[in-house]
Amino acid sequence: MTINMDTQSNSQSEALYDYLLRLGDSPLILGQRLCEWCGHAPALEEEIAIMNIGLDLIGQCRNWLELAAKTADNGQDADKLAFTRDAHQYRNLLIVEQPNGNFADTMARQYFYDAWHLFTLEALCNSNNRDIAEIAAKAVKEVRYHLRRSREWIIRLGDGTELSQQRMQQAIDDIWMYTGEMFEMDDIEKTLVQEGCAADQQQIKQRWLDEVAETLATATINHPDPDAYMQQGGKQGVHTEGLGFILAEMQFLQRAYPNATW
Amino acid sequence: MRQASTQQQLTADSAAKTSQQIAAELFPIEANTECKPSTGLISTDRGRTIDFHNHLPTEEALWNLLDSVPDPEVPAVSVVDLGIVRSIEYTQSEAGQDDTGQEAPGYWQISITPTYSGCPATELIENEIRGALQRSGVKNYAIQQQLSPSWTTDWITDKGREQLRKFGIAPPAGDSRKPGIAADIECPRCGSNHHKKISEFGSTACKALYQCEDCQEPFDYFKCI
Ligand SMILES: [Zn+2]
Repeated sequence: MTINMDTQSNSQSEALYDYLLRLGDSPLILGQRLCEWCGHAPALEEEIAIMNIGLDLIGQCRNWLELAAKTADNGQDADKLAFTRDAHQYRNLLIVEQPNGNFADTMARQYFYDAWHLFTLEALCNSNNRDIAEIAAKAVKEVRYHLRRSREWIIRLGDGTELSQQRMQQAIDDIWMYTGEMFEMDDIEKTLVQEGCAADQQQIKQRWLDEVAETLATATINHPDPDAYMQQGGKQGVHTEGLGFILAEMQFLQRAYPNATW
Repeated sequence: MRQASTQQQLTADSAAKTSQQIAAELFPIEANTECKPSTGLISTDRGRTIDFHNHLPTEEALWNLLDSVPDPEVPAVSVVDLGIVRSIEYTQSEAGQDDTGQEAPGYWQISITPTYSGCPATELIENEIRGALQRSGVKNYAIQQQLSPSWTTDWITDKGREQLRKFGIAPPAGDSRKPGIAADIECPRCGSNHHKKISEFGSTACKALYQCEDCQEPFDYFKCI
């Protein structure tokens, strides 16, 4: 009996650890992607905005990964988790590791993620895990502004010039197949939803679809096929090739000079 | 020599002048203003007059001390007026040690909260507070970061809002439950509410960038969160 109970509580805390990595890895990788715009954004104001959003995301990531490290209690900390895990140990969504492309590509990726991110954080504010609820309550205020901005860009570029409309339509179509994964719940998430500490993606999906349908209509963008084939695997550690390149750059220092501090 | 052309005179003059003199002509400073630092200009000088060496400060005195610590990114406003310092409490400690490792019957527990999750100044603010306490001779204290309740612009004091305005930043309009609409935002220079939003994010994550359509000056707006 004792052994069974231990095994159960072990698998529960492992599930929680995995879920916290999912929550932390997506903002980390997206924040890292956004930083690639530094020095290349179309306007100074946009560059500043992109860097600020990246910074928000990295800060949120740190809160999640610190909590993950605390949960695992195995001598890790947020930095070790960020800088020493390999691609297959990363649990981020595939959408955030996709390349920046042009400004429309970046904004399409950002918009789909921001909408999902906001609704997920709003749900997590009601988590029965107090630490999760506290981190979410802080992040949700920040992400509300992220969504406001990316939504405006979808509309401005979509309902803009002929060229910007064409670019935005292409961007939406290209990134669409990475959106389905956000709402796929595996056993880990299902168990945690039942326990009352994770966000129920089934409920979030409808909100997200409504939000996206309204914005795309305003932006005069054709809605991609909702039943189209969707890529998945990021939450289980099966990634696209983009992630390896991101990690190679992000982790270089800690890989070359282990435990370096300054 | 007296008939020398203006051009030549200027050249001759310039050669004789020091670069400081030229600079003084280009950027005239009011007469009799010696170059002495105005109080509060250098952050480490702030709070210098508050001295707690060899005696226990009161809680109110500590609030006043921390009110002299400027926010690193908006130095016009103190960490107290921004609502970053959440509480100061004296705690009796059984262990008899504070986080400086000194023996003490009790210590000051100071709680601070980050403004934004990714605020790069969080550690710096903690260090600035630590520095102010040490310079003033406060011995027994512990600083803790608290995430909840999460920081809101509602905590910025009236004094802080006025200082933001003087610094050229429009203070948050409305409150976090009901953020103000664009018409509630006033240009910090001319008070006009005719302006346009340039970007949802300004020089830091906590601000948006606007441009006044009356005085034409761009300005930062401290967003309601
Ligand atoms: Zn004005």
